[in-house]
Amino acid sequence: MLKLENLSKQYDKGDEALKEISLEVPAGQIVALIGPSGAGKSTLIRCINRLVEPTTGTVVLDELNITSLKGRALRLARRQMAMIFQEYALIERLTVMENVLSGQLGYVGFLHSFFRRFPTEIVNEAYEILGRVDLQEHLYKRADELSGGQRQRVGIARAMLQRPRLLLVDEPTASLDPRTSRQIMRLLSEICQERDLTALVNIHDVALAQVFVDRIIGLKNGEIVFDGKSDELDDDTLTHIYGKEDWATLRQTGADDSAGSIRGGSISESSDEHMRGLS
Amino acid sequence: MSDELIWRRRTRQRDLMVWFCYLLAIALFLFCLERISFATEWFFVQDAPRVAADLGSRMVPPKWNYLRELWIPLWDTLNIATLGTLLAVALATPIAFLAARNTTPSIRFVRPVALLIIVSSRSINSLIWGLLLVTIIGPGVLAGIIAISFRSIGFVAKLLYEAIEEIDETQVEAIAATGASATQVMTYGIWPQILPTFAGVSVFRWDINIRESTILGLVGAGGIGLQLQASINIVAWQQVSVILIAILLTVVVSEWVSARVRHSII
Repeated sequence: MLKLENLSKQYDKGDEALKEISLEVPAGQIVALIGPSGAGKSTLIRCINRLVEPTTGTVVLDELNITSLKGRALRLARRQMAMIFQEYALIERLTVMENVLSGQLGYVGFLHSFFRRFPTEIVNEAYEILGRVDLQEHLYKRADELSGGQRQRVGIARAMLQRPRLLLVDEPTASLDPRTSRQIMRLLSEICQERDLTALVNIHDVALAQVFVDRIIGLKNGEIVFDGKSDELDDDTLTHIYGKEDWATLRQTGADDSAGSIRGGSISESSDEHMRGLS
Repeated sequence: MSDELIWRRRTRQRDLMVWFCYLLAIALFLFCLERISFATEWFFVQDAPRVAADLGSRMVPPKWNYLRELWIPLWDTLNIATLGTLLAVALATPIAFLAARNTTPSIRFVRPVALLIIVSSRSINSLIWGLLLVTIIGPGVLAGIIAISFRSIGFVAKLLYEAIEEIDETQVEAIAATGASATQVMTYGIWPQILPTFAGVSVFRWDINIRESTILGLVGAGGIGLQLQASINIVAWQQVSVILIAILLTVVVSEWVSARVRHSII
C-alpha cells in the first residue's frame, strides 16, 4: 500500500536525516517507528506527505507517486494521509467542532470553509465521530479548554473526518500521562481496525508500542536497523538502537505500569473521567 | 584568613569597566547641561512662573458656550481617527503577511519592499504626513484620514508581522496536512492565532489616533485642531481652555474604551 524507495533527506545545514530508506507497508498494518531523538522518525513521516521535501527517493501510495506531485494534485493526495501530532496541533482558539471539521478542508472550497458552511452529511459524520471518541458534550468548547487526552481525541477525530487511507502519527502519546497514553493508543488501533486503515506511528515508548502494533521498525541515524514483528524485538536490538541500558528492568516497570493502569480505572484521576467508553 | 573565598558580583576588571561607563555618562550629562544653559535666555526662564500664571488667569473662566461650536469639529476628529484606523488596518494586514518571514512569497524580493513600506510609514509623523497631504489634496478631513492611516500602516503591520512570525507552526502543518489550499491554511492555521494581536493592535492604534487627530488641524487637515489654532491666533485663551478640556475628555473616554476592549479580547 505504501512503498518508500531509497528515500533520503539532507537538511540545508548538511546533516543527513534519512539515508536511503526503503520499506513497504501492506494495507491494514500498524507499524511503529522507534528510535532515539534525532533518528529521523519525524522527518520520515513528514517526507511521506511532503510537509518535508525529501532530497531523493520516492514515496508511492497505491501506485501514486507522491514525490512527483505538485500543487492541487499534492493536496488531493494529502487528503488520503491524515496526520496526528505530538502536541495535538489543534487550532487552539477554534471550537472542538471547527477543529474536527477542518479535517475536511481538502474537500470543500475556500468560501464554504471560510463561512463554516460544511455539507450536512459531513457535519453529521463529524457528530458521529465525536460520539465515537466520546467528546460530543464538548462540541462547543474551545480546543484550549480541553485536557491533553481530550485534545488528542479531537486530533484523532479531525484525522478521521479526513477519510484517510493512511494515518501518519507523530508521537501521539509523548505529552500524555501513562494511562491516557494507553487509552489513546488503544483508540488508535481500534479505529485502524474499524476503518481498515494503515498506520505509521512514531513512538518513544517501546513497551507501549509492543502492545498495540503489528510491526516495529527501528531507526538509528537515519537508517533502518530493525524491522520485524513486535515480539521479535529483544534487548540486544534495543541496545543496538538506543545504546546500552538495563532493558529488563525497564520492561518490568512497563508491566507494572500497565497493571497500575487497569487498577487506575476505578481510582480514575482528574479530567479524563469521560473516557468511560475507552478505558 | 587570606584563603577564605570571597564572592564579588563582578570580576575586578568588569568592576573598573562599569565605573568607567558611569564616569562617561556623568561627563556627557554635564557637557549637555552646559550647552543647553549657554543656549537658553535665563532671563525669560526666571520670568516663566509669572507668565504662566498670567496665561492661566486669562484662560479662566472657560468660555463654556463656545462648546456649541466644538461638537462638529470633535465629531470630525473622531471620524478622522476611526476611518484612518480602518483604512490603515485594511492596508496593513496584507503588508504584514508579505513581510512575515514564514508567509512572504519571497524573502529576497517581496519582504524587503514590505519592510520598506513599514519603515517609511513609521518614520514620518502624522503631522508631517498631514502637511504633505494638505498641499496635495487640499485641506480638510480627507487629508486627515489619509495622514492618520499612512502613519498607522507601519505600526499595525509591524506588530502584526511579528505576531505572524511567532505563531505555532505545527498548527499550520496540521492544516496543510489535511490537503487544505494556501488560503485555507491562512484562514484556519494562521488567522485564529493572530486574531487577538490583530484586534488588540487595531484598538490600541485607534486610541493613539484619536490623540494624534486632535492636532492635525494645526496643519489644516481637519478636526478640532483647526479651532485650537484659530483660537490661539486671536488670543482667545478662554476658548483655548474649553478646547483643551474637550480634548482631554475625548482622550480619556477613548482610552477607557480601548482598555475595555483589549481586556475583553485577551
